[in-house]
Amino acid sequence: MRVALFIPCYMDAFETEVGIATLNLLRRFDVDPEYPFDQTCCGQPMVNSGCHAEAKATEELFVRNFAGYDFIVAPSGSCTHQIRCHMTAVEQTEEVRQVRERTYELVEFLHDVLKVKEFPWTEFPHKVSYHNNCNALRGIYHASMSERREPPYSKPLDLLRMVKGLELVERARPDECCGFGGTFCVFEPVVSVKMGQDKVRDHAAAGAEYVVSADSSCMLHQKGCAERLGLPLKFRHIAQILNGDRA
Amino acid sequence: MTLSKEPRRDDDGLPALLHTELRASDDKGAKGPAGQRLIHAEATSRPLRDAMPEPQPRGAKIHRHRPIDHNEAARRFIDAPHHEKMHDERLWDLRQKRDGQMHAIPEWEELRELASEIKQHTLAHLGDYLEQFETQALANGIHVHWAQDGAEHNRIVHSILADHGAKRLIKSKSMLTEETGMRHYMAGVGIEVIETDLGERIQQLDNEDPSHIVVPAVHKLRSDVADVFAKKLGTDPRNDDVHYLAEQQREKTRPLILDADAGMTGANFAVAETGSFVVCTNEGNADLSANVPPLHIASIGIEKLIPRIADLGVFIRLLSRSALGSPMTQYTSHFRGPRSGAEMHIVLVDNGRSARLGEPEFWQSLKCIRCGACMNTCPVYRRSGGLSYGATYSGPIGLILDPTFDRRRYSSLPFASTLNGSCSNVCPVKINIHEQIFAWRKALSESHDISTSKHAMMKVAGVVLSNPRLYRAAIATAESALKILPNFVVANPLNSWTRRGRNMPNPVTETFHQWYERTKGGKEDRL
Repeated sequence: MRVALFIPCYMDAFETEVGIATLNLLRRFDVDPEYPFDQTCCGQPMVNSGCHAEAKATEELFVRNFAGYDFIVAPSGSCTHQIRCHMTAVEQTEEVRQVRERTYELVEFLHDVLKVKEFPWTEFPHKVSYHNNCNALRGIYHASMSERREPPYSKPLDLLRMVKGLELVERARPDECCGFGGTFCVFEPVVSVKMGQDKVRDHAAAGAEYVVSADSSCMLHQKGCAERLGLPLKFRHIAQILNGDRA
Repeated sequence: MTLSKEPRRDDDGLPALLHTELRASDDKGAKGPAGQRLIHAEATSRPLRDAMPEPQPRGAKIHRHRPIDHNEAARRFIDAPHHEKMHDERLWDLRQKRDGQMHAIPEWEELRELASEIKQHTLAHLGDYLEQFETQALANGIHVHWAQDGAEHNRIVHSILADHGAKRLIKSKSMLTEETGMRHYMAGVGIEVIETDLGERIQQLDNEDPSHIVVPAVHKLRSDVADVFAKKLGTDPRNDDVHYLAEQQREKTRPLILDADAGMTGANFAVAETGSFVVCTNEGNADLSANVPPLHIASIGIEKLIPRIADLGVFIRLLSRSALGSPMTQYTSHFRGPRSGAEMHIVLVDNGRSARLGEPEFWQSLKCIRCGACMNTCPVYRRSGGLSYGATYSGPIGLILDPTFDRRRYSSLPFASTLNGSCSNVCPVKINIHEQIFAWRKALSESHDISTSKHAMMKVAGVVLSNPRLYRAAIATAESALKILPNFVVANPLNSWTRRGRNMPNPVTETFHQWYERTKGGKEDRL
């Protein structure tokens, strides 16, 4: 099984620890992913802004980097959604189709492919509020959605429930968007920040010490909002918890 | 199942509405006069409290040739915290009631699918169904008119009124007549128009557009309404009790209704099989408008057709549950022909609909039954208010309808979304709203209708992100990374990120890439 690791650009720049945790977590399952060295970005920033033509070269680079692997694993629901559902600026060759199909978000990879049943090295004795990124939730279906009448399920919570001592708290608005929204957070800063403030207050009101998510992008935004409000919330990527971080 | 942990009342377990606007001072689960429990936010009331109420924030500024600045209008709304909080909570309350109704119906998702398919089928055969509808309506004794656009609609309505010497028109709520600017047009030709829907009447008296499809004055606090009524109806400016205000409005408006020369309604559904149409209201005001004067004119968008009366039940079951979280509207009125001695006219209006039907990516928006569920669930709409969109239609459905009316003015609106997808999930006719917002961004970019600075930034981002060496250099420091990285790309990213109460991400001393290179992926660290 040849597995490639995709570390999204903002994680590369701001969340080195999360990248390392993802890599080490996969190695615990005897998956030794390769890290294609020329990787940059999935193209989402341009595509999200409607600029598909401007994303073409980035998408082509992505495919050059990741063609030929059995699995491409990315610790980001948002980027996985972009690759799987929106990577259409590049010509849709067989190779491109395969890269798109074989890209998995980390939680999916652990839950659906490796079918992990235990994380014996983990312990996280804290109250955790789990944040579903909207693309992870409504784009690649990490969990059931509050708007739909469907049987409840949650892949990330299935995994977190295997972590010793971890206590999940429930928010008043379980899957309301936090206002990051990619380029939205820049073009609409006022609403974006208000949504972020409301979101982190909701985490705090639910009694959370930690906010955990499979997407660092939302958490960068929420962390910025929580710090400014003086809320004592800590933010961790799910990869860090599952890899055994205790705080 | 994960149940919401929203605060609940101790006495009756109902959701605790946090904003004082939404609770009576003596509220014990808000009981009605007959002791029944009132669960709608609108039903609760409390007397005057603030001596200095917060002024109502107004909507987006309209410049003829410039795109709407939604962010600017949203800032003014959010800077009025009483309004913003009340608005967010009132609409979230509707969303929660909608969820409650959904959970009570096991076949909910099948109903949505069925409604979507009926609409799709009807739109695919729209010409045939319109002809059938016209034939049946004519046979029922209804006069049928066709209007290509809003201007023609207004002229037709005016000519019908002129033929009858009608000077005063009472009307129930209609988004279509907002589209055509009918009230404004009629003012110019000397016809007095009286809105009979309470919320719409408030907006008319305040000379403001409706901010929501279903609850047009939902952005107003009761103190705002007290101000408007005091100025326009002569009520006590210090009394903002909702029962007082509603009663006063009724007393002042009812004589105008009784004396009106003509009445107008819209239609929620028009049934091809029977040539009849259906209007759903909670106030019964459509029935007054239609049945008191001797002339009834109904303005109907051509997408309102459904094939058979048997199809109606599917939509009636979905409409009010999705809109307000109530099982159905208080009144579901069927109109099939004129009363004896009266006349009934229908104006079937295109106004861009047939052109939209021809657009492969955007025709689905014609399935819309105007329930407003997408607005209630939209986290952006709830925090910015409907008037911040500066358009007839606001919220998610507005983002995909408005650019079809004025591509340049509304070119910024598809960007007033996080693409979170909640709107598509609540849509009772399964319009892929957030995917259409996404598709609109692409269409607007391709026709160069997005701002040149945004386009230029994306070009730079596209070059840097497709070149590993440039990319490495760009993310070497947090500051330069924020300048080039995706989600932060604008002319002044640092400012935009931090100005409104958000701290910068912490810079790292070593990127993941650098770490991997230095340690050979951690393997040399281990040695």
